[in-house]
Amino acid sequence: MYAYDEIDRTLVNERVSEFRDQVKRRLSGELTEDEFKMLRLMNGVYLQLHAYMLRVAIPYGTLSAPQLRKMAHVARRYDRGYGHFTTRQNIQFNWIKLADLPDALEDLASVGIHAMQTSGNCVRNVTTDQWAGVAPGEVEDPRIWAELLRQYSTMHPEFTYLPRKFKIAITASDHDRAAIKVHDIGLRLLKNASGETGFEVLVGGGLGRTPFIGKVIKPFVAGRDILSYVESILRVYNQYGRRDNIYKARIKILVHELGIEKFSAEVEEEWQAMRDSALQLDDEIVADIRSRFQYPGYQTLSDTPDELTAASADPQFERWLNNSVAKHQKPGYAIVTLSLKPIGGPPGDATADQMDAIADLADKYSFGEIRVGHEQNLALPNVAKRDLPALWQRLDELGLATPNVNLITDIIACPGLDYCSLANARAIPIAQELTRRFANHELAEMIGRLHINISGCINACGHHHVGHIGILGVEKNNAEFYQITIGGRADEGAVVGTLIGPAVPYDDVANVIEDIVESYLALRARPDELFYQTVERLGVEPFKERVYATR
Amino acid sequence: MTSPLQQKIKITGPSVVTANRTWDGIVIYRDTQQGWTDELADAAIVRTADEARALLAESTADDVDAIGPYIAPVIVRDDGAIEPGNLRERIRRQGVTIDLPIPA
Ligand code: HEM
Ligand code: SF4
Repeated sequence: MYAYDEIDRTLVNERVSEFRDQVKRRLSGELTEDEFKMLRLMNGVYLQLHAYMLRVAIPYGTLSAPQLRKMAHVARRYDRGYGHFTTRQNIQFNWIKLADLPDALEDLASVGIHAMQTSGNCVRNVTTDQWAGVAPGEVEDPRIWAELLRQYSTMHPEFTYLPRKFKIAITASDHDRAAIKVHDIGLRLLKNASGETGFEVLVGGGLGRTPFIGKVIKPFVAGRDILSYVESILRVYNQYGRRDNIYKARIKILVHELGIEKFSAEVEEEWQAMRDSALQLDDEIVADIRSRFQYPGYQTLSDTPDELTAASADPQFERWLNNSVAKHQKPGYAIVTLSLKPIGGPPGDATADQMDAIADLADKYSFGEIRVGHEQNLALPNVAKRDLPALWQRLDELGLATPNVNLITDIIACPGLDYCSLANARAIPIAQELTRRFANHELAEMIGRLHINISGCINACGHHHVGHIGILGVEKNNAEFYQITIGGRADEGAVVGTLIGPAVPYDDVANVIEDIVESYLALRARPDELFYQTVERLGVEPFKERVYATR
Repeated sequence: MTSPLQQKIKITGPSVVTANRTWDGIVIYRDTQQGWTDELADAAIVRTADEARALLAESTADDVDAIGPYIAPVIVRDDGAIEPGNLRERIRRQGVTIDLPIPA
């Protein structure tokens, strides 16, 4: 866990009292909504269809047990008893009253949690692999670098009003769980031939109206130069980014219009002029940040404890073990994913009671640590393998042991028209119906890894472009329709999916997905050829034919 | 924001002005008494562009109590019952179409 210092704490507390004053002035009419809107957005407060929504950042997806308990408290006291985990390592509370928001923010600030940088045209909270620090084979804990970037960018005067919002993601593993190729800047931590730590830097990825996969701008930037390099990118963007047209304002459009060669030349010029500036990181600064991450006191444990062997006789436990438990850096330990995707439930929601129970389980079994991933699931990153059977029992009672991680029912969906004022169509009920259709875990396992992503409008909060199957809500003659894309990927091989044909009506979406999956099962070359691989091999035609033959 | 008086306003049938209440964000409708109501049944109904423009202007002038007023279609049944005119407005009025994790 990261230990906040006094400066961070003062900053967060000052922000809360400032906001309390602003809310008071808004409620008394001293501030107009036009004046207030920017201020509330800077504090993570949006207006949805039925209420205000508070979005709170979970820096690099790492939460302590007391922090999660505080989230539960906020959900219970100011909201309707639950919170929603999003695709950007945030949590959202959907029903908070403006008058209660300062109190809620103050409660969260008491555990070092805040809503800064969750909205506005600034550098948003830096996201990273939810398994940072525990994933086998990672180069180094990417959160050290995420934290350096966070400290550098938080309320950086030059970059608080960029042409548009700006998102940075970091991964340190070969398998990219942070979706760095669809971020404004993607950083892959690596060691070069001489053993020096640095980054491959990607730029210009993003989804939304015009999706782009990020391009490599520099194959290696040494760690000590990363702030100056990122600043150079931000400067070029700040200078040339389109402020005149909101649809063209993201850096992806600039990179696309200038071309990566020209863009990188501009950045290079900027960088050469400033790389030896105060932004250069000396080893002491990095070591200081590194030292503020406290790692658990792992014990030397057996990697095949008797408890585990005994429990494996239970097929239900075995199924969960194979699905939701991953290898850890330390022998005898495991990373456990908690599915927030129960069959028939809204993806990513957790009740206050579940949050409290998870916090207790984290204290008991995971050195007090919880992780939040962009797939809208949680994880306990440090579970001793001998404790897995006991943990599973408890998770199962809590409805958090659905063995569907990375399977077809592990659906990512945005709030859609049930909550969001920008939506064209609903997303959550589509997800719920799909989980019912594929509720049989044997069937889901037979289908194998398959990611379905659903967005209620082109803003793509549900990352539909990079779902193996993507579902996008559109409006036609006042009714909900959905465009289906297939073959997208969000990981190291990121690609944007291909549209299979005309949009289909609400009631037909689940049938269409069933048809696509049936075609895949008939067409795949081997049982272990994944859905996206079949699409890669055969293209979209066979799927298209099947779907539209009878429609 | 462009003043409603200068906006081109087109309505295709009976309409209301709706917004969110400032202090708690809930859905409200402009009533016939120059105030706000959370009951659609008590909303002021307008049927011409001029009426709509006037109601919107009056609503927009009340920046303290309401956020983002706009004109929304409604259906007026034969018995006088008023219903939201599209799915978005139906969801705004009736709430989410899914079961909440904790029943309200
Ligand atoms: C309901 C309130 C929400 C509103 C009003 C909202 C609004 C927006 C808007 C306007 C954009 C597009 C910005 C742009 O690219 O120009 C956007 C993008 C995005 N939103 Fe949301 N959003 C909401 C909820 C969520 C939720 C719940 C999630 C996560 C599940 C989310 C995740 C994202 C992501 C990941 C993007 C970026 C897509 C990209 O890379 O370009 N948003 N949102
Ligand atoms: S994708 Fe559209 S509908 Fe979904 S949350 Fe984002 S803005 Fe709302």
